Amino acid sequence: MATTRELELKAAEMRKATWEMIYRAKTGHTGSDLSCADILVALYNQVLKQTPATFTDPNRDRYIQSKGHAVEILYNVLADQGYFPKSDLLTYSQFNSPYIGHPTNHINGIELNTGSLGHGLGLSVGVALAGKLDHRDYHVYTLMGDGEQAEGSVWEAAMSAGNYKLDNLTAIIDHNRLQISGPTADVMNSEPLADKYRAFGFDVVEIDGNNMAELVSALSTTNTPERPKLILADTIKGKGISFAENQAAWHHKVPTAEQYQQGLDELNAVIGGLQNE
Amino acid sequence: MSKGAKAGDVICSELIDAATKNRDILAVTSDSRGSASLNPFAAALPDQLIEMGIAEQNSVTVSAGMAHSGKRPFVFSPASFLTMRSIEQVKDDVAYSNTNVKLIGISGGNSYSVLGATHHSLQDLAITRAIPNLQVYMPADQYQTAALIQYLTQSAQPAYVRIGKKVLPDIYADEAAAFTKPGKGNVIYDKGNDVTLISAGETLSIALDAAQQLEQAGIHAKVVDLVSIKPLDVDLLNRMADQTHHFVTLEEHSIYGGLGSAVAEAVAPRGDTKVDIIGFPDEPVIAGTQDEVFQYYGMDAASVVKKVQTWLQ
Ligand SMILES: Cc1ncc(C[n+]2csc(CCOP(=O)(O)OP(=O)(O)O)c2C)c(N)n1
Ligand SMILES: [Mg+2]
Repeated sequence: MATTRELELKAAEMRKATWEMIYRAKTGHTGSDLSCADILVALYNQVLKQTPATFTDPNRDRYIQSKGHAVEILYNVLADQGYFPKSDLLTYSQFNSPYIGHPTNHINGIELNTGSLGHGLGLSVGVALAGKLDHRDYHVYTLMGDGEQAEGSVWEAAMSAGNYKLDNLTAIIDHNRLQISGPTADVMNSEPLADKYRAFGFDVVEIDGNNMAELVSALSTTNTPERPKLILADTIKGKGISFAENQAAWHHKVPTAEQYQQGLDELNAVIGGLQNE
Repeated sequence: MSKGAKAGDVICSELIDAATKNRDILAVTSDSRGSASLNPFAAALPDQLIEMGIAEQNSVTVSAGMAHSGKRPFVFSPASFLTMRSIEQVKDDVAYSNTNVKLIGISGGNSYSVLGATHHSLQDLAITRAIPNLQVYMPADQYQTAALIQYLTQSAQPAYVRIGKKVLPDIYADEAAAFTKPGKGNVIYDKGNDVTLISAGETLSIALDAAQQLEQAGIHAKVVDLVSIKPLDVDLLNRMADQTHHFVTLEEHSIYGGLGSAVAEAVAPRGDTKVDIIGFPDEPVIAGTQDEVFQYYGMDAASVVKKVQTWLQ
């Protein structure tokens, strides 16, 4: 079991690797990646019962990333977990690379292909339902965006999760309150999300989604019997890079050379601080 | 001549003009106003931009409802989502109910390149072409885009327009030469009767480039612009077939069901004209920039030239 400080350090390192990767490739969903870095680190390092060795085991836990555009952070976490060599990621977004701008299951560690929003929850309902039918005790986790909540398919999936009482399902919303065009409240208000998911039969846990201790606790608490769980994770889009935080424009912005260096300095300072603690 | 323009920018400025005069004209977006180049529209006519959030299906259905009550919505979403996620809404609420909705599929074809297959629309022509009462267009340069949008702001019929992300080089001298009416294609190059290259949209300039290279190699080609993929200019295709008997089509789409298929269907009954279709093969698309991908699949001008030379031997 890693300590909270070790997980925080890991998240900072993953942010740095992602920042470097996007700068190198000149493409990526910077703000979206940084927003959910802590969620993925908590999940893969502390919660998900799955390793590269068990990835094809029918009893493994599953993770399906509905907000597929945050693929750069997912790649870095998977590489860090040993699903493939870190050096593979040097080919990210290059000709003939499998490491493209959305998750594909050509890559070890990725279950199902996403990128078109509004699919992950339904896919996860299917995976959870199959687990119930087969009497397996694996758990499925999915991560959605808050802008993504505007897709009708999300609510069809939510209804079926409640209907089938899927207590082997945990959905997480990266609740950063921003999407491409601006604040989610202005683009298409989806609040109150907690009340909506409760009405659909979910237990709802509201946490600080950039707080490692809260994440680990919320993700590892078992579901109430017969209830799917929704973790409404309040996050900061662009978290960790001062000038990208809470800026819709950083959704898929690539840093300039100057911004890159400044961001790297900020991340290195965080990493140094955590190492010295 | 100017240095070309992006279709999205042209559509935005044409739509601002039209929507200033006709307040019923609306731009409907699904968190897509930036990628649709509509920020100037949003600034100029904020009340005429209807934001639906990331909900492409509802964007189409709500637009059909608004059209039924006198509005003139232009729906802007990535072509992949607009024509595949929302296709039943397009078929039932727009085409079948005959509501005056214009569907603008942005970032079409392979333009999202390394974002992968979820974001590509290499099947949109096949799908939309098979829906009755839906016109299908692919403009190739700024003049054609402008003339097409001017037409669409006046017309009462449902239509789908697919555009890409590139700066389109100028092909036409002016709007009048570029687009006149639905079902009208254009011969944009005519050096002889060895072969007719047929294309539309972003790939038309590649076809033109290939024809010019073929001329240097002693092969005399025609180039046809099928901006109106539906209705199709069957008369023009027949006239070309009378003269050349060998068509080569080029499209940023699957080889199944797109422009090449439309052309083949049109001339097959004649029995005297060969049609070779160049497009994306029926397999997962390789990752790369649009140019790398085109080269890989033999869809760039140099590859088209080689293929034509082989086919003519
Ligand atoms: C069906 C669909 N529509 C549109 C898009 C384009 N798109 C990619 S990310 C995004 C915004 C997502 O916002 P949000 O869900 O809040 O995610 P965040 O990046 O803020 O975590 C959009 C509209 C898409 N990928 N899929
Ligand atoms: Mg968001």
